[in-house]
Amino acid sequence: MERIPILKLGDFLLVTIQVDMHDQLVMTLQDDLTERIVKTQALGVLMDISSLEIVDSFIGRMIGNIAAMARVLDAETVVVGMQPAVAITLVELGLSLPGVRTALNVDSGMKLLRTMLDQKEMANASSAR
Amino acid sequence: MPVQRDEVMPIRSSEDVVRVRQMVRQWAVTLGFSLVDQTKIVTAASELARNTLGYGGGGEVQLEIVQKGIRSGLRLTFIDQGPGILDIELALKDGYTTGGGLGLGLSGAKRLSNEFEIFSRPGEGTRVSITRWK
Ligand SMILES: Nc1ncnc2c1ncn2[C@@H]1O[C@H](COP(=O)(O)OP(=O)(O)OP(=O)(O)O)[C@@H](O)[C@H]1O
Ligand SMILES: [Mg+2]
Repeated sequence: MERIPILKLGDFLLVTIQVDMHDQLVMTLQDDLTERIVKTQALGVLMDISSLEIVDSFIGRMIGNIAAMARVLDAETVVVGMQPAVAITLVELGLSLPGVRTALNVDSGMKLLRTMLDQKEMANASSAR
Repeated sequence: MPVQRDEVMPIRSSEDVVRVRQMVRQWAVTLGFSLVDQTKIVTAASELARNTLGYGGGGEVQLEIVQKGIRSGLRLTFIDQGPGILDIELALKDGYTTGGGLGLGLSGAKRLSNEFEIFSRPGEGTRVSITRWK
């Protein structure tokens, strides 16, 4: 079966979406990613969508679901590389991705994830006191 | 409105939905649409094709290049013989869904197009037509 590869980068998982995904593939990715977060105890997920030519309501919902699920499993999600034309269209479609952080590229996404994790650690440390 | 070119594609599987997106992209590029306009019509097509498949039980889409004066445009008509829509006004509301979606497909496709028409009657299927002008 066709699958989107998920790479482990230290504490993070990197998903690079490179094809025009049909809906079943989107569902498979959602399941695979949940499993991998649990198995690897990843602290963060980077989703690189720079190759995606559109984000419609279905893929938008998937991205939101992944972020929500990851949060339940104590991992943060950052979506990187959304093309400007895709972002413009998303707004007109009426889709907002509440709770989904975005960054321009994988590098800045990685930095953002690190910052988010540091903040989380600090908050945990101060509430433990 | 004179029609320059037209083609019909089946929508019977989620792979067909991908093929419809790709064909709409090709046609929009041929027409010289800007990248943003291409993205808008492809996104609208994706929404409507998925509705045709999921709610209409499958159907087809007709792609047409239409001309109005010196303007050319891309018109897409999605047709199914499914259960139809009881309350079209309600179905067009942002957030209304009977299938656990976001309820943004129909209303979003309307916003992403220059012209939008919908005909549907319970038991007689649904036809949604959108046009985007260059
Ligand atoms: N071709 C169709 N045949 C029958 N009912 C339809 C059809 N298209 C849409 N509907 C009805 O209209 C409702 C709204 O459609 P819309 O595409 O806006 O939202 P959705 O498909 O439920 O969610 P989303 O598209 O955001 O994933 C659907 O839930 C369905 O009840
Ligand atoms: Mg829909």
